[in-house]
Amino acid sequence: MSDITSLITATAAELGQRIAAREISSVEVVRAHLDQITATDEAVHAFLVVDTERALAQAAAVDARIAAGERLGPLAGVPIAVKDLLCYEGLPTTAGSRILEGWVPPYSSTVVRRLNDAGLVILGKTNLDEFAMGSSTETSGYGPTHNPWDLTRTPGGSGGGSAAAVSAYQAPLAIGTDTGGSIRQPAAVTGSVGAKPTYGMVSRYGIIAMASSLDQAGPVARTTLDAALLHQVIAGHDPLDSTSINAAVADVVGAARSGDVKGLRIGLVTEFGGEGYAPGVELRTREAVTALSAAGAEVVEVSCPHFVHALATYYLIMPAEVSSNLARYDGMRYGLRVGDDGDNAVETVMRLTRGKGFGTEAKRRIILGTYALSAGYYDAFYGSAQKMRTLIARDFTAAFEQCDVLVSPATPTTAFRLGERVADPMAMYKSDLCTIPANLAGVGAASFPCGLAPEDGLPVGFQVMSPALADDRLYLVGAALERELTAKWGGRLLDQAPLLPGTKVVR
Amino acid sequence: MLTRSEVAKLAALARIELSDAELDEMAGQLDIILGAVAAVSAVATQDIPPTSHAVPLTNVMRDDVVNWQPRAAAMLAGAPDVEDDRFRVPHILEEEQ
Repeated sequence: MSDITSLITATAAELGQRIAAREISSVEVVRAHLDQITATDEAVHAFLVVDTERALAQAAAVDARIAAGERLGPLAGVPIAVKDLLCYEGLPTTAGSRILEGWVPPYSSTVVRRLNDAGLVILGKTNLDEFAMGSSTETSGYGPTHNPWDLTRTPGGSGGGSAAAVSAYQAPLAIGTDTGGSIRQPAAVTGSVGAKPTYGMVSRYGIIAMASSLDQAGPVARTTLDAALLHQVIAGHDPLDSTSINAAVADVVGAARSGDVKGLRIGLVTEFGGEGYAPGVELRTREAVTALSAAGAEVVEVSCPHFVHALATYYLIMPAEVSSNLARYDGMRYGLRVGDDGDNAVETVMRLTRGKGFGTEAKRRIILGTYALSAGYYDAFYGSAQKMRTLIARDFTAAFEQCDVLVSPATPTTAFRLGERVADPMAMYKSDLCTIPANLAGVGAASFPCGLAPEDGLPVGFQVMSPALADDRLYLVGAALERELTAKWGGRLLDQAPLLPGTKVVR
Repeated sequence: MLTRSEVAKLAALARIELSDAELDEMAGQLDIILGAVAAVSAVATQDIPPTSHAVPLTNVMRDDVVNWQPRAAAMLAGAPDVEDDRFRVPHILEEEQ
């Protein structure tokens, strides 16, 4: 194995340990990842901007602190990619939209500050669907990201850039955000690990808002332990976010190290299967449940009757919040301004700016939200969606009386082809069928790789959902599954991915 | 049923300029989406309390301490247009037709 291969395929946990022990420097680790980005990103397009100079300076600073005898956290010196929805002072932040092209935030989000404080080195910003609205990264104003497993397919979305960066060995870790599945569905279709913490556990301060009552940032990684270590860094109370929960972070790292599921009651959601689910997805989900059962978990089938209405509920609540949150992009204080010729009044300039700056999906959702909130329709649409949200939350409460975690496929199919669902919004929206209930109820949820679908050889994700604040259970199950399945596969699932053109990985 | 002219009205309310082609495409798509979400109002008709937020919201209080940083220059650096250290915006009133 070449030096660069060992640096870019290592886990974040290993890199952190070796950097702390001064066996390797953060600078060489960061350089290796920057080289891999240069070599592979023309094909993958995971990054919108790479912050080479600052990354190398941050790495050198971490190395100097360690050399001076400072003891830093377990991820100090480890590189990370950040979804381009999080403000990072001094680096352009676009949210994947042309309306924010070239905007440089004057401050950093709390998540970014926590990463910096923990000594992580930010490599750059990753591609996403415009304002995180999509399930394929194809609505990005800057072109789609390609799935490293098959470059003709999407890496899922909205956080396709973060998931692709991690699975292409461009970064061992990434930050994603999840409003209806945007961390978990991309993790599933790229064979990586992605977790959406309990709503309120990770600060939303400085993260560009899509649907504020649903948005939650979380970790993307190649292993369960790496995701848990990153979860530990970014979670915790923040006075700058009024919905931040002031409670202790569950011991996610301890859970990921233990992986002991003996006696844990696992509830398989009966509603998530059947028509519309790929045979390979159903097969690997069943096998994952069998593996957990073999590891000592008790498996029960649990019905959550209102989960089938979650998608429809989401497409009323989310657009309503979108139409309100995206009202701020009016061309007055930041971003694009169109038609300001001295004759046009402010309303005309706003209309032209928003018409040009927003892509089709953003427009579709703003108009849908404007409709759902309009007088005369409010009760029928938004009002009943809020009632359904109560019924879905009650399904979770009832389920967690019968079991400790719920499990299901993360998404009904494997990675679909670029362009396949662009003209059919409902087909695209159905990618988030299994992930949305957790957002509506605010509970924790994660996707872990559970194999390749025999029909197309592409990754399948296994979703685990935990009660609110019990995010440690996600990692307990993830670690057990990873232990059982890697033993069966004789290595990580990602080891089976084809080598990318130009990759620095040598097998 | 959402008509093309209703979509045009919504676009005007949302301050979004749409081309004729966009209006045509969107009217059909929005109608399909609204049809797909209609089941929600059929099921959630009972006397169920609405949930607006995943966690119950409580009012957040803090001490009234000065936390002011002079960031005007950084804010204006991202503005589409600046005049006399302020955001310059187009005139507010439309010309008489």
